[in-house]
Order: sequence, then C-alpha cells, then structure tokens
Amino acid sequence: MAFAAFGSANAPAAGKPTRSGKVVIALLAPGLAYLGAFFLTPLFALIMVSLEVPDPNGGYAEYVPAFEIGNYFYVISEYLPHILRSFGYALAATVLALVISYPLAYFIGVKARPWPLLQKLMLTLVIAPFFISFLLRTLAWKQIFSNESWIVSSLHDIGLLAPTQYVVGTPFMVIFGLTYNFIPFMTLPLYTSLERLDLRYLEAGSDLYASPSKVFRKVTLPLSMPGIISGTLLTFIPIAGDYINASGDFLGSSSTSMIGNVIESNYLQINDYPSASALSVLLMGVILVLVSVYVKKSGTEDLL
Amino acid sequence: MRFSLGKLTLPLYAVLAFIYLLIPIVYTFVFSFNNSLKTNLIWRGFTFDKWTNVCQREGVCEAFGNSVFIGIISTIFATGLGTMIAIALVRYRFKFRSSVNLLLFLPMATPEVVLGAGLASQFFNLGVQKGIWTIIIAHIMFCLSFVVVTVKARVASLDPALEEAGRDLYANPTQVFWKITFPLLLPGIASAALLSFALSFDDFIITNFNAGSDMTFPRYVYTAAARGVPAEANVIGCAVFALAILIVLATQINGEVKRRKLAKVH
Repeated sequence: MAFAAFGSANAPAAGKPTRSGKVVIALLAPGLAYLGAFFLTPLFALIMVSLEVPDPNGGYAEYVPAFEIGNYFYVISEYLPHILRSFGYALAATVLALVISYPLAYFIGVKARPWPLLQKLMLTLVIAPFFISFLLRTLAWKQIFSNESWIVSSLHDIGLLAPTQYVVGTPFMVIFGLTYNFIPFMTLPLYTSLERLDLRYLEAGSDLYASPSKVFRKVTLPLSMPGIISGTLLTFIPIAGDYINASGDFLGSSSTSMIGNVIESNYLQINDYPSASALSVLLMGVILVLVSVYVKKSGTEDLL
Repeated sequence: MRFSLGKLTLPLYAVLAFIYLLIPIVYTFVFSFNNSLKTNLIWRGFTFDKWTNVCQREGVCEAFGNSVFIGIISTIFATGLGTMIAIALVRYRFKFRSSVNLLLFLPMATPEVVLGAGLASQFFNLGVQKGIWTIIIAHIMFCLSFVVVTVKARVASLDPALEEAGRDLYANPTQVFWKITFPLLLPGIASAALLSFALSFDDFIITNFNAGSDMTFPRYVYTAAARGVPAEANVIGCAVFALAILIVLATQINGEVKRRKLAKVH
C-alpha cells in the first residue's frame, strides 16, 4: 500500500518549498472567494432561515429572524417517515449499485487490462447515461414499466403481480431508478481502485494455496476498499437528497416521498422556508458526519 | 469445465450490465422518431419529422438555447477559477492545504437540494431577482470543484523538469507558463470544460431553486413531465447525447493514436 502513495496523482509536488506566497494567493483567492460567497454563506443563510418564525404582523409566507430551535423538533416529528425513507432508499440503492458495479468494474479494471482501447470504450459506456438528460432517462424507465407496458402485463399474466398492482409509484421502482441513475458514481471509483490493483498479490495468494474466494476476501476486497468507500459516499449522498426519482411525476407516488421532495414542496410550493431550511440543515448535518468519518479514515488528499 | 465457465461469466455479466445501462438511452432514441401527437407514450409509427422540425414545438428550442448559453458562460468562469486552484494545489505547498481541499470537496458532497435552497435563501435575503444570472452564479459554484479535480490530475502528471528547462533557457515566469505549462495542461482543461458544460446543461435541482420564469432544457422536461413530454424533447436529448459521445470517442481515439506513435518512436 505504501508504494502506491508514491505514484499517487494526489501527492503534492515533491518538496518544493514555495518562494512565492503571493502567487499562491493570487491563484487561490478568486475561486475560494467565490465558494465563500456562493457556497459557504448560503449555508449560513440556510441555518438563519431555519430558525425564523412567521411574521406576527405579516401575511402568508413572511418570516422574521428569530432563534426558534423548535423548528427542528417540528420537522423531525412531522417528517420522520420521509427522513427514514430517504436514508432507507439511499442505503438500499447504494448496496444494489455496489453489488451491480463491482463485477463490472473488476472486469473493466482487471480482466480487460490487455486491451486498453476496450477499457476506454467500456468506461465510455459506463458514463454514457450521464450524457442523456437525467430527467429523460428517468422518464424512459417510467414508460418501460408503465401500467400499460408489456412488462407489467406479463407480470400480471404470470401472477407475479396481483391484477390491481403496478410497478410505477412503488418503493421498488424508486429504488430501481435511484440505483440506475447513480450507478456510474459507484463504478468509476471502483474501477480506479481495481485498475491499480497489483495482480502479483493475487498470484501470491493462490501460490499460498488460498482458494479463489479466499483470495478475493483477503486480498482483492481490502485493496479495493478506497474505491468502495468513495463510491459509497458518492452514491449515497446524492441519492439521499434526490427528489426526481421519488416524485409522483416520475417513478414515485405520494407514499414514496423523500426528504428532497419535502424540501422542494415546502420551499418552492407552499413557501414554508423555515421548515425546508431546517430539513436541509439536518440533511447536510448527516452528510457532514459521513464525510468527516471518511476524512478521518483517509485524509483530505484523496478527497479530490 | 468449471474454469472455462468461470471465464465466460464475467464478460457475459459485463454485456448484461451494459445492456441495462443503455436501455433508457435506446428507448429515448427510438421514441424521438415516434410519430406522436402531444404526448409521447404510445408508439404511433416512424417519422423524421420531430428531428427536422424540432423548433416547431413551442418552448423546446428556447429552453435549449438558454441551457446552452448558461452552460457556456458557467463553463468559462468555472474552468478559469478551477484551473488556477488546481495549479496552486499541485505546484505549491502552503498552510491550510487541508482546509482548501475540504472547502473544494464539500460542494461535491452536498446534496443538490441543500445547495439550491441555500443559494435561493441568500438571493432572497439580498433581494436579488432570480433569473438567468442567478442560475449562472449557481452553476459556476457547483462546477468549480469538478474542474479542480479534473485539471489537478493533469497538473500532477506534468513533468516539472519541462518548466525547469524553460527557466534554464532564461524564460521569465510568464513565458514559462504560457509557452510550456498552459499548452501541456490544455487537454486537462478541455476535459474539465466539457465536464463542466455537461453538468451545467443537465442540472435540474439547483437550477429549479434559483430560476425565475426562465426555462432551461431540464426545467422544460420537468414541467412537461406532468402532462407528457413531447418527442421534440427526446430529439434534443438524443442530439446532445450523440454529440457528447462523439467528442469523447474522438478524444480517446486521438489519445490512443498518439500513444501508439510514441510507442513506435521509443
């Protein structure tokens, strides 16, 4: 493992003390200032809004600054099913994405090594879904599994679905869509890890009479752990906040609403900004905990 | 016997996985040729009409144009700012390095609803009217980190000896940058710009929180989804897809040709 660090693309330029701090500042300042203004301050704005109370003299959807911690208790009790559902769906979809991606990433990164052009072509296929609109590809699945589709009618015919049951609008469909839409985020980091895997370790394992499954568990899996961790993070986070797949116009129904759906409708439709903001802050809090666990384990250099 | 079967399992699995990944894309392509009426749910026969008369459908081309405009402006700014940060991160050592890494990572790790709602709250507090420019501000923000990641990988692979050689030959720092560093970085910058444009073009959630009445292509599809998306939207989606895939394939083949030439020289 230690050897890999030398070749890592993320290692800082070897021992080159900076002579020109001014250059560094000039290079960093504009971009970091931009993130400060349009990423960090909005997060603070979100925290402020999450503590606001309705304006006693104002009309509909008017709020005044306050320090109402109660907003958080309110959203937790009111939207607990949505919160649990979001993390449940995200967990299920992430596990599915991992199970589906791993063999694929292994094939591209290890088995296809003798053919670099084929590797590149397969990687292009992995990211191909990114190039067609996210909404269009989700709608395509909705049509494929629509109530009138041959898939659903054959499921009815063979009795796998009761005549009154359909696929669109069910948790199954939402998890299916979430898995599909975020699979490339899992496959790519797994590929990156497996592509660097030194096959001599596997040979050494089998030379020492380990069975193929034991080699996999004791050698391949631990060595690909960085990819598994970053892939899990990269899929779990956007899935937990997604509201397209679970929306009633796409793959879900009112009984599949996730946190994202609640934030969207509270913010953009019923203008309950404090509730929407409190939920956003809670979601962000959970994500930050996950990220900090990751940083503790692997440091910040490998984040980017 | 068991061995040869095992050898086939993985390739077969890969083929199945690729079919799964491609199904919705093929579906969208097929239905862009559907002789549909208002909605595009049932197959009504083959036609080229939707491709030749895309703009006939009200709003599609306008939304597409807005998305292209937003994508180009956001990409220019995000690529510029991100490239500078990437150079600083790889070429220089400085204090607060891990804080900078973290600040760059967080926008990528933040769910889009949170980014969207946060920025919308800030615009609201400042009394800024939402429109095309608020969308652009949002897009530059979330594209920036992805540019840094992409360009950083390229900067790290540069041989510092090339720049040293330039300095040894009495080039001043500006000359070294524009004559050596920048041309070598260009492929990385180009792929970062492409990624940034793709992210901006396809973004719906953050855009929806920070848009006024202006339509973008994803917003058009979202609004239409309730009633049924017209085939013209499929045409735009497929055209963009085809263009993107062509660019990616061309770069890959170009890279492979160069690699083989180099291999011959050595």
